[in-house]
Amino acid sequence: MHDMSAHAAEHHAPTSFIRQHVFSLDHKVIGKQYYGLALVAVLVGMVLSWLMRIHLAWTNYPIPGLHLLSANGAPGNVMTPEYYLQLMTMHATIMVFFVLTTAPFAAFGNYFLPIQVGAEDMPFPHFNMMSFWVTFVGFLVLMSSFFVSDGPTLGGWTQYAPLSAIGSASGPGQGTGVVLWAAAICIFCIGQLLGSLNFITTTLDMRTKGMSMWRLPLSAWAWFITSVMGLTAFAVLMPATILLILDHVAGTSFFVPSGLVLNDQLQPHSGGSTLLWQHLFWFFGHPEVYIAIVPGMGIVSHILVTNMRRPMLSHRVLVYSMGALAVLSYMVYGHHMFVSGMNPVSSLAFSFPTLIITIPSTIIVLIWMGSIYGSKLRINTASLFALGFVSMFISGGVSGFFLAQPSIDIMLHATYFVVGHFHLVMAVAAIFGIFGGTYFWFPKMFGRMMNETLGKVHFWLTFVGTYCIFMPFHYLGIAGNVRRYQAFVDDYLQPLIPVHRFITIAALLTGAAQLIFLYNLFHSRFWGKPATDNPWEATSLEWSTPTTPPPHNNFGDKLPEVFHDPYQYGVESSTGDYVMQASPEKVKSAHDEA
Amino acid sequence: MATTVPEPPKIEERRDPSGIGIDSGNGGRRNLVPAGGDLRSVKDYAPPPASTGIWVVLASITMTFAAFTSALIVRQGSALDWRHLSLPRILFFNTLLLLASSITLEVARRQVGSFMSGRRDAVAHPARWLYLTLFLGLLFVAGQYVAWLQLRAQGLFLATNPNSSFFYVLTAAHALHVLGGLGGLMRVISRFNRSILRKSTLDATSLYWHFMDVLWVYLLLLLWIKL
Repeated sequence: MHDMSAHAAEHHAPTSFIRQHVFSLDHKVIGKQYYGLALVAVLVGMVLSWLMRIHLAWTNYPIPGLHLLSANGAPGNVMTPEYYLQLMTMHATIMVFFVLTTAPFAAFGNYFLPIQVGAEDMPFPHFNMMSFWVTFVGFLVLMSSFFVSDGPTLGGWTQYAPLSAIGSASGPGQGTGVVLWAAAICIFCIGQLLGSLNFITTTLDMRTKGMSMWRLPLSAWAWFITSVMGLTAFAVLMPATILLILDHVAGTSFFVPSGLVLNDQLQPHSGGSTLLWQHLFWFFGHPEVYIAIVPGMGIVSHILVTNMRRPMLSHRVLVYSMGALAVLSYMVYGHHMFVSGMNPVSSLAFSFPTLIITIPSTIIVLIWMGSIYGSKLRINTASLFALGFVSMFISGGVSGFFLAQPSIDIMLHATYFVVGHFHLVMAVAAIFGIFGGTYFWFPKMFGRMMNETLGKVHFWLTFVGTYCIFMPFHYLGIAGNVRRYQAFVDDYLQPLIPVHRFITIAALLTGAAQLIFLYNLFHSRFWGKPATDNPWEATSLEWSTPTTPPPHNNFGDKLPEVFHDPYQYGVESSTGDYVMQASPEKVKSAHDEA
Repeated sequence: MATTVPEPPKIEERRDPSGIGIDSGNGGRRNLVPAGGDLRSVKDYAPPPASTGIWVVLASITMTFAAFTSALIVRQGSALDWRHLSLPRILFFNTLLLLASSITLEVARRQVGSFMSGRRDAVAHPARWLYLTLFLGLLFVAGQYVAWLQLRAQGLFLATNPNSSFFYVLTAAHALHVLGGLGGLMRVISRFNRSILRKSTLDATSLYWHFMDVLWVYLLLLLWIKL
């Protein structure tokens, strides 16, 4: 190949500030940029949830400064019903897309997937850079809807048609707001498709010598499986958002039925299918919740194995189960539509795979618990958050058994039971995965340790606080408390308001506890105790880089060669009870599966 | 009588040359010579990422058009306003153009291939066929534009009826992807002229181009049957 020499000299570290920190091609910088974006997004999303919670608990109580956010939405600092729905929509959109997808998948995956497979970088660094900046633009477009005249959309993160498709007649924010929302999501999809392209090719083509697929750590497997899901899911959502935008700006009728009368006005659309949007959206939407949770599963497994000092009961079954989740996630999406007026036979057809998908989830949980049982788990902040993830996933997962059955779901679907279910099993569990990953990998990313005492305080406050917030939701749901209401004025809902006040106070306190995390994060970044190359005595390749943080090309002048399965703990070697993947040392291994 | 069965010759275990075998590592590389490492030994391990990456790209494009197709089918099923739409004749001419461009690209790929592998005397102007492909591709996009003009002349706009909506959306989405392919072709030509073209880039680009071809034939059939 006559062009090789030109490429051989390419991988020098950049020197200009712009190339180093802004438009960087280095997967590590891009990973940190994604992390930063997710951190900003999660703070915005959390503040929005506070505002909603305060309004729910003390309806019509003026929230100081709220009119600064929106003069129309909060006259006299009191939230209007429409503004409540606008905040709810933005909270969900920001959290699902820009936190739960970016942090565990794009941020940690970008930073650690190439290192864990033993590569110098991702195969398409320009696409990788574009992936972040496109996502960033998507975030800006979404946030810009706060600043248009009637504010962001109020249609919920699912943006059900026809209300999402007929313009401002259906409420404030339903005109420009929806267009900005759909444009932001469309842009986001492009960013994530570029990211998935890199993740898949990195895993398939960039593995170093000796790194077979079965020698990949569980976190790398999780990112790989997630990227395959992302590739198919975002490729379906993107055309759906384009059709939605066309219904708005070009007057087409993809999603708006004929004869729709709104505010005494006959809408000019004809013949569209409202269910079509739901089908397209949920074909993306259900895999999306696994896109949020599977990387967390991988990260948590990685942390647990390292701290248990022994491999999982079965590495392979765990990987197969994550793969089964990915495949099944496309076959269950109809369970979001049990109450949509869909044919009951279809409901039944979607109910079976929904119940079946609990099997791989249960297998994963049992492998975690069986592996932890009897192990001398090292308790540190990372392993505590990993345990917290397992706890949240079980608590939230159990309610999934109820909701999988159409007959029960019809009663619970529009209540807080569902809010409790998905927040625990998907949202908070994934957040615990992000926290665990942060405490675990921070030493490698920044060369300094985070403060363990502060970390443990942060864990316990967050763990207890989270249960205080989300467990009562199940109770509210069974009591018939409908969701998406901005105030509870019905007689049967009035007695439940004290529960809402309890939840709001818990949410404010748990949110405040995150200041400890922020302080720990920034303080440790500059003044933390310097970290060694391998502080957790772990085995995978990210801990065998020549320096900490890793150099520009990850492994210095020679790529590592892999000699072992990923988790060789509980062996006798010169380093102690473990042998690193890149160490040629021969040890007797009781756990060698591959 | 004792017979001697000759021992069959030992077959050496060979690595899967595709390099994505489940049990082989691939020697992580990015078309780089790892310092202290030998390029040749690394080359043996992995396929160039572009040849895997292009399949990933095609998979995601397939999903996108599958979504459009299912939208069309569901929309047709729910509609009382489905009208017949006769496709502009020029589409069939455009189809021939695109098919021809695939053939010229294949010729170009072979010629550039033999040019790059050293047989420079046999091929005088390998880039000529690339330019021809580029020209045919541009002509196709221009032809699609003419088709839109013809529809417009009939008074069929994007929002006139669901048939015209789907016609414009599907053809425009395809044309955008073809424009992306044209960008890829220009990149191939520019890299070839600067002698830094990689075989894998050329192969990936032509795979994408042929895929656009197949996709267009599929869309044409879909539009012809459904509209």
